[in-house]
Formats: sequence, C-alpha cells, structure tokens
Amino acid sequence: MKTRIYLDNAATTRTSQEVVDAMLPYFTESYGNPSSIYELGQRSKEAITKAREEIAQVIGAKTEEIYFTAGGSEADNWAIKAAYEAYKNKGNHIITTKIEHHAVLHTCQYLEKQGAKVTYLDVDENGLIDLEQLQKAITPETILITIMFANNEIGTIEPVKEIGMIAKEHGILFHTDAVQAFGQVPIHVDEMNIDMLSSSAHKINGPKGIGCLYIRKGVKIRSFIHGGAQERKRRAGTENVPGIVGYGVAARMAAETMEARTKKEQELRDYFIRRVLEEVPYTRLNGDPKKRLPNNANFSFRFIEGESLLIMLDMKGIAGSSGSACTSGSLDPSHVLLAIGLPHEIAHGSLRLTLGADTTKEDLDYTLDQIKEIVAKLRNLSPLYEDFIRKQKKA
Amino acid sequence: MYSEKVMDHFQNPRNVGELENPSGVGTVGNAKCGDIMRIYLDIDDNQIIRDCKFKTFGCGAAVATSSMATELVKGKSIQEDLQVTNKAVMEALDGLPPVKVHCSLLAEEAIHAALWDYAEKNGIKIEGLSKPKSDIHEGEEEEEEDY
Repeated sequence: MKTRIYLDNAATTRTSQEVVDAMLPYFTESYGNPSSIYELGQRSKEAITKAREEIAQVIGAKTEEIYFTAGGSEADNWAIKAAYEAYKNKGNHIITTKIEHHAVLHTCQYLEKQGAKVTYLDVDENGLIDLEQLQKAITPETILITIMFANNEIGTIEPVKEIGMIAKEHGILFHTDAVQAFGQVPIHVDEMNIDMLSSSAHKINGPKGIGCLYIRKGVKIRSFIHGGAQERKRRAGTENVPGIVGYGVAARMAAETMEARTKKEQELRDYFIRRVLEEVPYTRLNGDPKKRLPNNANFSFRFIEGESLLIMLDMKGIAGSSGSACTSGSLDPSHVLLAIGLPHEIAHGSLRLTLGADTTKEDLDYTLDQIKEIVAKLRNLSPLYEDFIRKQKKA
Repeated sequence: MYSEKVMDHFQNPRNVGELENPSGVGTVGNAKCGDIMRIYLDIDDNQIIRDCKFKTFGCGAAVATSSMATELVKGKSIQEDLQVTNKAVMEALDGLPPVKVHCSLLAEEAIHAALWDYAEKNGIKIEGLSKPKSDIHEGEEEEEEDY
C-alpha cells in the first residue's frame, strides 16, 4: 500500500518545499564552480558562505569552523580517524559507547586493527552512559572521547554538557555524533565543550548527501579527502552547492521552528506512548522516558518479531522501523537494544516510530489501532505467546 | 523484496494453530536469531498426514515458509514429507531473498523434528530421518558475539 503515514523521520525526512525552492537555481542558473573567479563562480561561493553561517548559528559555532562533508557518516569517519592520526603520538586510547551509530562503531573497530585501544562504555537500561565509568575509563593515553548526542534508535539524549566538562578537564578531544540531535534540541558547542560535531541535512528536512563536521578552531585534524583547496584545504572536492544551500535553509528553519515544533511533537509523542503502553499488553518503552528526542517513540512488543510487524504496518500505509535482526541483514538484533539489556527475543520485537513536523493526532490514533490489531494477529501466530499463555494457565 | 506468493502466505497464512492431541510436534530455531517454528502433525494409521498446524515467531519469510510447508506436507505420506526440503518450499514460494534462505531451512527442520517426535512416541524408525539438530529445547547457550 502507498505510504500515507510516515513515521520514520529518524531514517530520513521529506525535503521541505522551501529547501527545494532555494536549491533549484543552483542547478541551472547559478551553476558556477565556487573556486572560479568570475561572477558566476563567486555567486556559488557566496551561497556557500551564507549556508555556512546559517549552520554555524544553530550550534553557536564560528562560520569557519563548519566543514561540509557528504553526510553524517563521512563526518564521523573523518573526525575519529583523523583525530587518531593526528594525536596517536600522544596516545592511542579512544572512549566511545556501545550504542553509537555504526559510522562511529565500525570506525573505532577499524582503528583497533590499526593499533588503537577503544573503550566501549556501557549504558543503563534507559541508554544513558555513567559519567563515573567515563571518568574511570580515562587514561594518560586517552586522546578522544566520541559519544553521540542522542541515540538514533531509542532517542536517549546523553549528558553531553557533563561529558564535555570531563573531556575539557583532562584535555581530551570531544567529538559528538549529533546527526539526530541537530535542529531537534538546543546545542551550543562552547557551553558544552564540544570540539567536533557531526551533522546531516536530510534528518532536518534538507537534502540527502550533504552534512558537516564542526571542528573547533585549534583542533589539529588533517584532511581526509585530498585534492583541491576547498574547505580551507581540509576537504577536497568541488562543493555540492545546491546541497549546501538546501542544508543552510533547512538548518535555519529547524532552528527557527525548534521550540514550537518540538513542543508539539513531544506532546503528541507522549500521548501516543501513553496510549500504546496502556492499550497494548506486554509492551515496553525503550529509551529514557524524559531525556529523549522529542519525536522518538520506541517500543518492544513481546512475543512478536519486528519485521513482520513492519510489513503489516506497511500494508496499512504506515512507515516505521525496527531493531529486529531481519531488518538489519544480520542475525543479531540491534546492538543498542542489546546494550540496554533487552533479551534477544524482546529486542527482535521492537518498533521505532519517529514523528515529523506534520504528524497529526489522527495519524497516531490510526497507527495505534493498526498496531493493536497486528500485534494481536502476530501473537496468535507466535509459539512464544502460546507457551506464555500455557504457563499462565498452569500457574 | 518478497514475491507475491510469499506476501500472500504471510498475509493469509494457512493452517495456523495448534492440534489437541498431535501425533508429533516439532519446535526449531531460537529466539536469539529471531525465528522459532513449531509444527504439529496428525498422522493416521497408514502414516498419512491427516492434519498439520503451525505457529511461528519470525519475519515475513519465516511465516510464509511455515505456511507453505504445512500445505506441502498435508495429505502426503511420511516418506513424501521427507522430500519437502527447504529447496522445495522456496521453489513453491517463487524464491526468497538471499538473507532469508535460512528461514526455509527452518521449515524443513521443523517438519523433521515433528516426524522425529512421532517416531519416538511410537517407537518406530523412519527411513532417512535423522535426529533434528536445532531443537529449541537444546543448545540454547549463548553464542559468541560477532562484533
């Protein structure tokens, strides 16, 4: 069935019309290479500068501290690999968490093969790191702490300000993957002592294929893509001008609408979470109930498997996502759900729904009705549920 | 991603349920991998499958392969049932995506496990049937994390 209710805004978002309108002239009219000296090129260069300013403002950075990349994964790779390379003479220890996005986790694992030592911090049942454990993990060899601002699956927001303070006290670089948090929650790189921050446009109604890495002035990481002198010689390649323009507009709009938009989303989210937990038996909410992204709802429905649930929701025109193994192409369910201590079979039955600016109460009511029906249908099919009911009857 | 037949069997699974006094029951797979299949068989005196029911915890492909497997074994003899291989189930469903092939293996194993249970209960030996290896009640120890 055609998707009518889109509740997967953590995967990507609809590019807003304002963003598309702003981008279009940079394909056919102002198509000059920003490195060219004639007017057409300079027009592109100005557009990039404007976008850089707009993005810097969202996180309280200086304009020249924003470096465009092809997205969040590139920004994460660059920050971590280049930091390791630049500071490995000082030490080879990196601290991260067990619930990072794979762009961070797999990069850290790659560096382990190159000789890095990596500590993967545990998280509690809500997905929060323990600051004391972080303090204890620090050694004289520690050169980088990379901890996500907010988790993409369960929405938990980490104590970034406190992490930043700890990093600063010890003179350790602090990178945060803020792909999910950027434009959703207030971020200030100075107040939070963030040295590097990754962000991506398509999570905030911007285009795909463009992101940035904020690098604090004075952080000595080198270029990751070698070639021309673009991005202050730190990221070669002709700029994705339309993408950058769209990113700038999306970032400005996300910041301008943040307060009202997230307030509305949060109210709807809490209404939805409350009803799901009340009306669907044997269900739990994953992630911190309070310290969570305004648009994130993540549930585990016992005795059922997530992919089945997703396909059945899809047949009702509802788009969501799951931490089930079957949706990841591996046999293991989400590493995030395992890290918060869920047993495998419960992790397999997870559903993530992420609201957008245009999600309505009616959308969520309809979704809840469908969830109730589908969960009941799948439980009727489930041998785990059969065993559970039998045990209950015996007891 | 799935063929029309898979979607049909997933949306309208055949033979869902339990049997009161089954001749044989087989449960295979484990919750860790996200797939558990249970097949109930009712076998008459002539060793013909009179009825067959299933319950499955798993993805769309797991449900569809269980449903198709029950269709394939019903009304057949035990010897014919042994020919219901994962390949046969997959072909009957017009194929499965490569990552889902293990689901069809589970269907074959579930049938074998149910037949094994029947054979044990009746103290008989079924030619060509070996003890199923992945019964849910065995080998539930933790596997090594592949990270």
